[in-house]
Amino acid sequence: MTVPDQGRAWVFGDRIDTDVLAPGSLMKLDARALAAHCLKSVRPEFASEVRPGDFLVAGESFGIGSSREQAAVSLKVLGISAVLAVSFARIFYRNAYNQGLPALAFPQTRIISDGDQLSIDLAKGVAVNHTKGQEHRFPAIPAHLMDIISAGGLTPYLKKRLAKADSGA
Amino acid sequence: MAQPDGEPQTLVRKLIARASGRGDLRPGDIATCKVDLAFAHDSSGPRRWKPVLEELGVGLWDPSKVVIASDHYVPAVDAESAAILKLTREFAADYRVGRFFDMKGIAHTLLPQHGLLRPGMFVAGGDSHSCHGGAFGCFISGYGAADMAAIAATGETWLNVPEDDLIVWDGALPDGVTSKDIMLFLCRNLGMDNAFRAAEFAGTTVAAMPMDERMVLSNMSAELGYDVGVIAPDETTVRHIRDHGGDPGPYALSWRSDDQAHFSRRHVFDARSLVPQAAAPHSPENSDPAADARGVKIDQAYIGACVGAKLEDLRMAARVLSGRKIANGVRLLVAPASARVTELAAREGILASLLEAGATLMPSGCGACAGMGAGLLPAGEVCISTTNRNFKGRMGHDQAQVWLGSPYTVAASAVTGFVTDPREMLAERAGAAA
Repeated sequence: MTVPDQGRAWVFGDRIDTDVLAPGSLMKLDARALAAHCLKSVRPEFASEVRPGDFLVAGESFGIGSSREQAAVSLKVLGISAVLAVSFARIFYRNAYNQGLPALAFPQTRIISDGDQLSIDLAKGVAVNHTKGQEHRFPAIPAHLMDIISAGGLTPYLKKRLAKADSGA
Repeated sequence: MAQPDGEPQTLVRKLIARASGRGDLRPGDIATCKVDLAFAHDSSGPRRWKPVLEELGVGLWDPSKVVIASDHYVPAVDAESAAILKLTREFAADYRVGRFFDMKGIAHTLLPQHGLLRPGMFVAGGDSHSCHGGAFGCFISGYGAADMAAIAATGETWLNVPEDDLIVWDGALPDGVTSKDIMLFLCRNLGMDNAFRAAEFAGTTVAAMPMDERMVLSNMSAELGYDVGVIAPDETTVRHIRDHGGDPGPYALSWRSDDQAHFSRRHVFDARSLVPQAAAPHSPENSDPAADARGVKIDQAYIGACVGAKLEDLRMAARVLSGRKIANGVRLLVAPASARVTELAAREGILASLLEAGATLMPSGCGACAGMGAGLLPAGEVCISTTNRNFKGRMGHDQAQVWLGSPYTVAASAVTGFVTDPREMLAERAGAAA
């Protein structure tokens, strides 16, 4: 699946919680089936209209609540390229990176409008809003989290590390 | 222990220093910490760990340091839940898990119940309310499944060193006002955006609390967004550990913040002026005096969860409900936090009081709190609950309304059929036994 360079911004408010991202009563469903319920109670059309390469933009404390990583997995399954938020809840932040989903915290997200076309360059730390003709820098992702993203998530990253350790590298 | 010639340190920084072997850390630094105890439950644990461990080709780094508890899908309501529980049992046996609790109660309740937490420990839990055990002076925090699987394989994890906040409560809590009211009040007062910060609770109010009440402060540190919520150990702490078969060790009481330790924020509150709180749907942050919500009609009252169905919580509920009946049209569900709590509550006569009042006794487990058990809500109904979260859709339909309160408040509301400040009912028979 090729991910387009640009994606649409889906803008949400503050404190989007993990119950809304991945309802507890549905957690027996497989990843794809559960993702269909992502954000349903706040934006019913999100799961069906989101396209691979789109971005989720939010306010404070994105991902508060449960430690369920299905909250991050659902976004990944739906093809979200990155979550941009004013701030993140700690466990969600970790879960996102562990699933290979960049979680970028920076305050300028408040001036991104729903539907704006965005692209991001993780290495350069730049987010471009093509609709508004604006560029935003975001704080560098910590090196170990970049390693996890590059490996595609925590498990593949760990697999590589353990393989290296075994081979005495 | 304080570095002899070093800077004064907070309890949290000392805990991280021990686990990481680094005494030079500053907030924002990344540290790798060795884990003393890793625990998870039937939802977050074996079914997520097994594929990862198989892919990595490893077993548990140290089975003796792993605890698994089946508390989410219990008792099985359908074949899929039953399969998850079976997988959990088989994993515990195949991987020689140190302690496995099958349907014995909620994981957070079981750790202190079996004396497994000690001041100084670095503990990782596969659940956001893992911070519950911080009341024992350990660094205990929640992680998602991938992080926990990595810990299960390697015995270590990374963290961002948090900023330290000191939250002091002084003065005696008035009768009918509890640590749950403190935490609901703090959700409004301190907000829920405290990620990458650590909370330490202190003060005379805290010192006067039994461990069950202190655990509420640590537990709902999660709602405030804190990485951990610790309380320095004292005689109450070490007595509890010993009474439950644990060994606090000879240095237990040395795990405390140095007098001159730097906290980036200090909050000081007077417990004497606190009144019972009720948090309106759909956030713990919507806390106001329960008396303000007296017109809100309820359909269901729920006494359950790690935070709200410990023995102390059931005692509070019984104090209100003894000799009273719940209102017509109200369902009162009681799900004790563990099998042992149920047993002790039975012996103390608490269960009889609750059942005579019209309560329905439920199995021990996370149940309706996490939207996974019995007692869920349809669209349009209102529940008041002793749980810690009331996000939209958490306890059933997303058009249901959940209020949060203390066990006293929930019990009093069950009697009147409306959200009710419990103090009047408690005053009516001051000093009544359960």
